Amino acid sequence: MAKANEIKYLTAIKQEKRAKKFSRFEKYGIKYIDYKDAEFLKKFLNEQGKLLPRRLTGNSLKYQRKVSVAIKKARQMALLPYVTDLLK
Amino acid sequence: MNNYELMVIFTPVLSEEDFKAAQKKFLDMVTDNGGEIVSTNPWGLKSLAYPIQKKTTAIYWVAEFKGQSDFNEKLKIQLLRDEQVLRHMVTRLDKYAIEYNYKKRSGLPTGNEKAVEA
Repeated sequence: MAKANEIKYLTAIKQEKRAKKFSRFEKYGIKYIDYKDAEFLKKFLNEQGKLLPRRLTGNSLKYQRKVSVAIKKARQMALLPYVTDLLK
Repeated sequence: MNNYELMVIFTPVLSEEDFKAAQKKFLDMVTDNGGEIVSTNPWGLKSLAYPIQKKTTAIYWVAEFKGQSDFNEKLKIQLLRDEQVLRHMVTRLDKYAIEYNYKKRSGLPTGNEKAVEA
């Protein structure tokens, strides 16, 4: 019975270590997410203008909620569209 | 005395002095009711992300003020009655927001520049 480390795979196993995602708010010490700053909020929207999930933005729960509140305020004040195509 | 931030969207057909008159009207309302203006920041004509009342551009105005909590009700009535105002939003500012706004006004680097590239 071949031991685990002797097993040769046809293709090398992809083990590249995915970069550890970090919450940019803790890292850069941002405490307030301004709903007027549309450029900064666009980083959390996809092409259709929909909110990106936490697993993509890497935000912690607390800041993801603040971002979603800020984006909804920006949408209300027509700074960000509700739905669009090719937002970026 | 809480800190509030008022953002108002005016119709684009507003002339310059009407725009100033409207600003003055609301600012005087704040001071009459014992409030205090921290800052006023007219953005001027901006294009909207989606048309409001069939208009694609509008005049934005952002003002920050301190006021009693019961004052907002009176302010809202005035804003709804004024037909030049397309849309308005009053948000309550916590201490981080006040600090952020102060930094933004006085040109100090807020934390966002570093985070934008991330």
